[in-house]
Amino acid sequence: MNRDNDKGKVLINRALILGAGQFFLLLVIIFRLYYLQVYQADKYKTLADENRISTRLLVPPRGIIYDRHQVMLATNQQNFQAMIVAEQTTDVQQTLDAFKKIMPLSEDEEKRIKKDLKKNRSFVPIQVKENLTWEEVAKIQLNAPDLPGIIIDEGLSRYYPLGEKAAHVIGYVSSVSENDVKDDPLLEVPGFKIGKAGIEKLYEKSLRGKGGNQKLEVNAYGRIMKEIEKIDGVPGEKIELSLDARLQEKAYDLFEGNSGAAIMLDVNTGEILTFVSAPAYDPNLLTQGVSSEEWRALNSNEFNLLVNKAISGQYSPGSTFKVVVALAGLENGTINSQSRSFCAGKMMLGNHTFHCWKRIGHGYMDVVRALQHSCDIFFYEAAQKLGINKIADMARRFGFGKKVSIGLENEKSGLIPDTEWKWRRFRESWQQGESLISGIGQGYILTTPLQLATMAARVASGGYEVTPTFNKIQPGEKRVFKKMNLKDINLEVVKQGMCDVVNVPGGTAYGSRFDFNGQKMCGKTGTTQVRRITMKERQSGVIKQEDLPWKYRDHSLFIGYAPHDNPKYAVAVLIEHGKGAPQIAGKLLLEALKLDAGNQPVE
Amino acid sequence: MYKFYETSFKNQTPTLKEKLQSLSLSYIMLICAVAGIGIVMLYSAANGSWSPWALNQLLRFGMGLGAMLVLALIDIRIFMRYAYLFYFFTLILLVIVDVMGHVGMGAQRWINLGFMKLQPSELMKIAMVLALARYFHSSSLQSIESVRGIIVPALIVLLPAGLIMAQPDLGTALMLIFTAGAMFFVVGVQLWKFGVVLLGGLLCIPIAWHFLYDYQKNRVLTFLDPERDPLGAGYHIIQSKIALGSGGVFGKGFLKGTQSHLNFLPEKHTDFIFTMLSEEFGMIGAVLVLILNMLIIAYCYSFALKSTNYFGKLAAIGLATNFFLYVFINMAMVLGLIPVVGVPLALISYGGTVILSVMASFGIILSVHVNRNINIGKD
Repeated sequence: MNRDNDKGKVLINRALILGAGQFFLLLVIIFRLYYLQVYQADKYKTLADENRISTRLLVPPRGIIYDRHQVMLATNQQNFQAMIVAEQTTDVQQTLDAFKKIMPLSEDEEKRIKKDLKKNRSFVPIQVKENLTWEEVAKIQLNAPDLPGIIIDEGLSRYYPLGEKAAHVIGYVSSVSENDVKDDPLLEVPGFKIGKAGIEKLYEKSLRGKGGNQKLEVNAYGRIMKEIEKIDGVPGEKIELSLDARLQEKAYDLFEGNSGAAIMLDVNTGEILTFVSAPAYDPNLLTQGVSSEEWRALNSNEFNLLVNKAISGQYSPGSTFKVVVALAGLENGTINSQSRSFCAGKMMLGNHTFHCWKRIGHGYMDVVRALQHSCDIFFYEAAQKLGINKIADMARRFGFGKKVSIGLENEKSGLIPDTEWKWRRFRESWQQGESLISGIGQGYILTTPLQLATMAARVASGGYEVTPTFNKIQPGEKRVFKKMNLKDINLEVVKQGMCDVVNVPGGTAYGSRFDFNGQKMCGKTGTTQVRRITMKERQSGVIKQEDLPWKYRDHSLFIGYAPHDNPKYAVAVLIEHGKGAPQIAGKLLLEALKLDAGNQPVE
Repeated sequence: MYKFYETSFKNQTPTLKEKLQSLSLSYIMLICAVAGIGIVMLYSAANGSWSPWALNQLLRFGMGLGAMLVLALIDIRIFMRYAYLFYFFTLILLVIVDVMGHVGMGAQRWINLGFMKLQPSELMKIAMVLALARYFHSSSLQSIESVRGIIVPALIVLLPAGLIMAQPDLGTALMLIFTAGAMFFVVGVQLWKFGVVLLGGLLCIPIAWHFLYDYQKNRVLTFLDPERDPLGAGYHIIQSKIALGSGGVFGKGFLKGTQSHLNFLPEKHTDFIFTMLSEEFGMIGAVLVLILNMLIIAYCYSFALKSTNYFGKLAAIGLATNFFLYVFINMAMVLGLIPVVGVPLALISYGGTVILSVMASFGIILSVHVNRNINIGKD
């Protein structure tokens, strides 16, 4: 019985110990709750928000690019795309097969779609095909019952109304590549496109705008439950360019497939009215994205579609450079308006013979006639008297030898040689013969078409340091240029020569003359060899241009301005391995004058 | 009906009226309060809907409440008399489930009764406690303190524990062993014997490791380092801690738990319901629920101590410990204190068998209280 009492006592004692133990364990739970819910609460609140809040960037619409008359040069177009949502169809393959009956899908596309479907959750729309036409959209909607899971989605894509005609000015946008600086979270948005060339690249920051933010609540599977907050972005700024879309189109069309460049400037403001590099790529294609094969084809094109010849092409200026040499001679006093040279078709210097382009010679030439006929002998002699350094000096005053810096990529500076340059470059002293050929714009001299246009504008303006720009000068705004410190009388002589080139019979561009209500064009032609004519060939007769392969034919150049008495437009035209730069310049200037006069453009 | 028992025991049986009067109303209210909180949480778990869980749970709780009251009014001697029979019956059910599981497809823990799925392992928690209580009621302290005297009770524990382990249901098997351990401790088994078993157990861990299923091994490894597999096995516990911690002191509000309602928190209506509660009602809500549970356990102990018969005392302590283990293991598990072993929070988690078995044990505990003055002989 005692033992039984003990048994009861043991039970009670131990039950109390057990109860205390359990109480203690539950206290541990309270401490743990305190640790997690008070001590570490902030950490876990952050983690919980990270779980549930998904921030999405809202892509702002890209700024629109206008020409000087509010014509759109780059705009945003609604882009229809077909998407597939896996969870809305019972059989993805069946839907895709049905889709293929309406619109073909390449094997690659199908593979990509399936890969994307596998990677994403079943409610995420996967792009099947983009850039659908209206007809295609209608077709899909008509067949909607057979296409469960297919939805049509609208986005914005960049569109260039002028297409290739303004490709090298406007440039294009394309997907962000690995090399692009990712200074903006927008660049991480799938499918986001940035300016890759031209104005699109130059004004990328303002065109892009600022991305907005959308905070969404998502569940564990990533499905959007509701919008928590939305901060609208800032749309890209619109940009007004100095270009005139009508002249730009006209200029491109005038090339008729020839390779070259044409630039027209407003003489008074320096505004770039046309900026053509022909032929060009279609920026609309590049914006959609091209395959590496297509890209290779573009790159290897004989006409260098991707090269902006207006600023990246460096050419001997040829006879257009005689304008600079004539001014250098007049300003330095080595020649005057009456100085004459006799052209017999060739001249000797040491034991070298220098030829005029006209084998039988021009006879006696003064500077105006020498410009009109583009007599080489006169300028050989003028250059001989001046020496290279004075020529180079004058050339630099007209903007040669350094970048014009209009902001586009791959602009070249060209080359104006002098004695110092040659020593630095070759460790050789300058030969007098080199001065001679420099006098007719050959030899080491290299210029870009934009530099030539700048030179033309500076001459036409009466000696102001006109600098080209893409920015439209707003009404009331004025651009003031520095005087170049040239004697007016000397400029008048040169301009007289340039007018005679076009308007006096025997002038090298007489065929391109026009008279529009008394407004005429002035200018200077140029032809540059891209190959050396050997002595032997000269004796046996120079091969006709038409018989040479395209690559070896001469370039044709022209710089000019109009109207002759009160210049408003300056142009530079280059045709690679072809003829007809003066004709293009003439037609372009005439068009500009006609547009000014309120006439309809000539088709 | 009562007279049948009166003949074999001393006549101290209270009348029905006395029984009803001695039912502890506050205890029943506590139970209803906790279950009510559970139903509210199930309503929230379904994003503010009575279906599919809250209404079902309410019905089952109603059934459980009925069963509890019926059991509370049954004479305690009946529980003692049929303890072994009930135990063997449940043991057979366990065998049947095991065999069916092996013959059928994969693991199976329940027998379909048509209106509900019966988990014999839940039944066994009660059956084992009653069987052990009856055994120890009859044995002397001498026998309890001897090695031979605890062989039979050890078998009473290890047979079902082994069967449940084989299902495999490690959580329930461990609960059974812990409950039994507590009872062995209470009846006076010497501490050194626990030491020997514990040591033996520790030595057996490397061997036992081989017999664990991969998912069980994963649970242990994941507990030791949740970041080991943040998207797989560790995901549950990481998300549970985030939900709890982000609830803070005052919680995010009813139906406003982001972790729960956006489905970051798994199993929010069963094993992780306490997490959801803590997320929505904060530390205040969590501690309140914990205190209510502590009070229930405290009442059980008080009933046990007030009872004049050894069987009643021991049965009440055993069943209270079983309930305590639900509460402690579940909370410790969702708080990241112990591995995720799949123990629900009794009275709150959704689940028919658990709520019925817990209500049944409360019924028996009430019966212990109602019949506290009955003196039961040793045999």
